[in-house]
Amino acid sequence: MEQVLSVENLSVSFDTKDGIVQAVRDISLQVNKGETLAVVGESGCGKSVFCRSVLKLLPDTAKITGKILIKSSDTEQDIVHLSEREMCKVRGTNFGMVFQDPMATLNPVIPIGKQIMEAIRLHQKISKKDAEKKAVELMELVGIDDAKNRIYQQPHFFSGGMRQRCALAIALALSPKILFADEPTTALDVTVQARLFDLLKEIQKKTGIAIVIVTHDLGLVARIADRVAIMYAGKIIETGTAEEIFYHSKHPYTWGLLGALPSLALKNGELKAIQGMPPSLLNPPQGDAFAARNDYALAIDYKMPPPLFSLSDTHKAATWLLDERAPHIEAPRYTQKNSL
Amino acid sequence: MDSFLSVRDYHQIFPVNTFHHVHALNGISFDMYAGEIFGLVGESGCGKSTLARAIMGMYKPSKGEIYYQNQCITGKHISRELRKTLQHDLQIIFQDSSVALNPRMSIEDCIAEPFDIHKLFPKKNERREQVVKLLHLVGLDSSFLEKIPAEISGGQKQRVCIARALSLQPKLIIADEPVSSLDVSIQAQIINLFIKLRKEIGFSLLFIAHDLAMVQYLCDRVGVMYKGKIVEIAPSEILFKHPLHPYTQMLLSAIPKPDPDSEKAKIFTSHAKIKLDKNAQLKESEQNHFVLE
Repeated sequence: MEQVLSVENLSVSFDTKDGIVQAVRDISLQVNKGETLAVVGESGCGKSVFCRSVLKLLPDTAKITGKILIKSSDTEQDIVHLSEREMCKVRGTNFGMVFQDPMATLNPVIPIGKQIMEAIRLHQKISKKDAEKKAVELMELVGIDDAKNRIYQQPHFFSGGMRQRCALAIALALSPKILFADEPTTALDVTVQARLFDLLKEIQKKTGIAIVIVTHDLGLVARIADRVAIMYAGKIIETGTAEEIFYHSKHPYTWGLLGALPSLALKNGELKAIQGMPPSLLNPPQGDAFAARNDYALAIDYKMPPPLFSLSDTHKAATWLLDERAPHIEAPRYTQKNSL
Repeated sequence: MDSFLSVRDYHQIFPVNTFHHVHALNGISFDMYAGEIFGLVGESGCGKSTLARAIMGMYKPSKGEIYYQNQCITGKHISRELRKTLQHDLQIIFQDSSVALNPRMSIEDCIAEPFDIHKLFPKKNERREQVVKLLHLVGLDSSFLEKIPAEISGGQKQRVCIARALSLQPKLIIADEPVSSLDVSIQAQIINLFIKLRKEIGFSLLFIAHDLAMVQYLCDRVGVMYKGKIVEIAPSEILFKHPLHPYTQMLLSAIPKPDPDSEKAKIFTSHAKIKLDKNAQLKESEQNHFVLE
């Protein structure tokens, strides 16, 4: 598989007046062409920071170390040290991003068409007329009817779902290689959400774009993702294909996330909440950050963070339970395939 | 069973300007029984929250009545006594707990505010004792008394809101999307808390949500709303197994399941504007299963 993005040992920390907050701690992952990667975790686990650090949209107080490589068939470029001006060129053509709240993304007083054209005309030298044609095409691609007339309307003429489609149109305007979507449907209804995700899949089929989606909804992940990375306290604790995560998960935190889903609880008889709160990233605990909330925690969890154990080419998990000296613990029944 | 709360042909019309108005609730009728958890689902803008607020008496009805224990609570002339019982018996929990708590009041004062208003527990140590009791009930401890809302997390704030709603021992709690702003694992904690509290205290709960799986897990009966009307009411096992109204069927097919195999095979049929007949009435198709026809 052709890689388009490779992140190696990425760490992001913020210097605040209370001390250094380590939002992302030593993350490595790859994104392949045409696949959908879902980054899942609770709020405050650093998933949005990870997303923004790749696009370098973080404030100046953020300190980024590690490597972010943009790859194409013959070249690779490390973008960690690029200046803002150089980043502007990289962003539109390589990355597109859709944010959580479409109303905050779009300018309320500028017509939608003009906002889409703005993205195109900043990067490409084409006439206004051609840009307008392209904007109409993009709006038709994201499924807005009567696009020819609607490009002259301001965002308040559109419903929430349509606004998010417009934001998507802007992100897709320069046909980027990777689309980042940071909780794109949290502000939307289930029905609108289902349609937006079907649209994303359709666009992916047409254009072969890679999608990185950040979410905390595992139901959505099952619908769209090819690969899943579970994050906790700034680290990736389990990664694998969707089937591996949903049917053969190995990390107790993944079990916890699955057990907290009401649709699994119906078969299981009870809703299992993960007790306690995620740790503060200001002074992350010495050992495994999840140890304090983990029912299966071993003594070593409090002393040393576990390494990533490889289970297959794609499936990795960071838990001491996978060490050969650890006691054998069966995954809860509800995480196995036939229980669903 | 005796009806505990009944809404009869309730209409709510909001004027936009002289020429336009929004028909937010269009002939809502349903009954709630004592001690049950009734779920209300629907997409945003269908009038769920308006209905919750109407029951709380925040709006003047355009048409129709609401009865609480067989007494009309929407008319112009409500006796002072009835007003007082209503203020005791009906409590609401809002979606965004950080806005629902006064940022400058300590958690103790937030929870004890209903006591102050109703002149209960005037002695300071008694008042504090009650607050601690409530905090324990929702899984917090006395270390929270002196804190202010900004110092605690979202899930804890929602627990404080629940404690405040419970302070006057209400008979009906209306929860307007109480978990949708919280994380998955915290959501599960709050839902389990509701189940535990109902067992211990026993109240009726009107649970409004757009997460259908959550409603299926928690609620005894479910009403589905669409465009200001209730299109289907049924006990939750029946509704989720045999949805009869096309809108309910569409809504159920849109819930993503945490199962990649079945999810990826699923094709979502877009909801071609489902039209509602103006004169449609809720009819009982099977026992306890009502559909708009």
